[in-house]
Amino acid sequence: MTAVRAGRGTTTAVAPARIPSVVGAAIALAAFIAIWKLIVIVSGFPPFILPTPELVGARFVSAWADGTIAPHASRTLYEVAVGFGVGASFALIVGYLLARLPLAERLLSPYLVAAQAIPILALAPLLALWFGPGLTAKFVICALIVFFPVAIATMVGFRAVDGRLLELARSLRASRWQIVTTLEIPAALPAIFGGLRVGVTLAVVGAIVGEWAGADRGLGLLVNIARGSLFDIPLLFATLLTIALLGIALYGLVVVVERALVGAR
Amino acid sequence: MTAPPVGRIVLRDISVSFPAGRHDRLVALGGVDLVVDPGQIVALIGPNGSGKSTLLRVVAGLLAPDAGTAAIDGRPIDGPDPRVGLVFQEPRLLPWRTTAENVAYPLELAGVARAEREARVATLLGTVGIEAAASQVPSQLSGGMRQRAALARTLALEPQVLLLDEPFSALDELTRERLNLELLAITARTPTTVLLVTHSVQEAIFLADRVVVLSARPGRVVADLPVSLARPRSFGDLDAAIVSSTAHAIRAALGEAAA
Repeated sequence: MTAVRAGRGTTTAVAPARIPSVVGAAIALAAFIAIWKLIVIVSGFPPFILPTPELVGARFVSAWADGTIAPHASRTLYEVAVGFGVGASFALIVGYLLARLPLAERLLSPYLVAAQAIPILALAPLLALWFGPGLTAKFVICALIVFFPVAIATMVGFRAVDGRLLELARSLRASRWQIVTTLEIPAALPAIFGGLRVGVTLAVVGAIVGEWAGADRGLGLLVNIARGSLFDIPLLFATLLTIALLGIALYGLVVVVERALVGAR
Repeated sequence: MTAPPVGRIVLRDISVSFPAGRHDRLVALGGVDLVVDPGQIVALIGPNGSGKSTLLRVVAGLLAPDAGTAAIDGRPIDGPDPRVGLVFQEPRLLPWRTTAENVAYPLELAGVARAEREARVATLLGTVGIEAAASQVPSQLSGGMRQRAALARTLALEPQVLLLDEPFSALDELTRERLNLELLAITARTPTTVLLVTHSVQEAIFLADRVVVLSARPGRVVADLPVSLARPRSFGDLDAAIVSSTAHAIRAALGEAAA
């Protein structure tokens, strides 16, 4: 009984016995690999079109072991981290202003939507031209792609804050700043994290696209090299796998932070 | 030597209107005069739209009247006042905070140190009888417990004036009666001026020293009836002849008010 009491927000209802999510994911992965293998066998595609899962696995291990992937992965991770951090920070501030200042929303929202409507793929060469082949262009592309979903989620989250709770805070003479920190942010957090989850996966896309438009390092560049000059298709697949794992890891990180901050309500 | 009684509410000719449509304004209160003496319990009763809650918001400093003056102990009300505590119709607990954290919220906002906060919260939870729910979140509480937590939160700042906006109306009859009894016990222990909005004639009589009847929109005071029942009160008292005559007078005034 005390265990139930101690857990904040735990429901006292007995949860039905279910498969742990790790086991479920492992089963799905096994099925995916099996189907992949089956396609290779049935179709008879050569390894430079569709390598077998074990060939990709072996190349993944060797490319990590011999340091082929690591420097590219760390560069991409760096771009994602900075771009996501900058983009999400701006988006949180703009999202709040959009929610609280109707004038800001009227003035800015058409441009936000227009900016979002232009594919980042089409914008990347221009940004590479403006900011050069260095890291800045990648940061900007990541930040841009992260901005929209996070800003919109933040706006929606703050708009949805219960007006009755705001009246309560006012009746308790909360300052503007106290209202933001003790009421509006905690109330908007679940929605904001919805935007951050989308944003962090898009940030990986942004980094890869940015690297395609010109880079000396990064997983996007490695994809091009593996397919082009090296013609190492297993390495191409191993790079794609790395990109996917990077996305999963970052998404998982956001979820962990969300669980810690939002908890069970 | 006791401190002089405090918490005298003086409302003079209070008018409040709200924008309605393009040009019109809806007059919610059309000149309300009301004086509540320190320690008195006054029930506001009236038909829907008579501006009872609006009047409470004026006293709470959440709403500035278009005309008229509102003061507590001679000091005009020009915003939410630390001497005034308001209990809303809904509990309005922060869903991400535990019961104890919710009760501590006003103290946190007022900058009370943690140790003192915790001591006062423990006392307050005891006062309203929800110590066992201290570490539970609102979604785990029953309606009655939530409203107890809301009451404890309002009492945290030790208000001299307690405003209650139909605080127990969403609860079942039994819970409501019990909370009314406890409310009387709490206000008897710490003399507090109480202004209470209710829809129930019986509740008004049971709780109040005076029942003030407001008219339909625009709200005005149409009757101000004393309840001459001795304190402490019990539900048995509600059978007394004086109660039925008071109830009759309230209903007569309400009938007039609705017309």
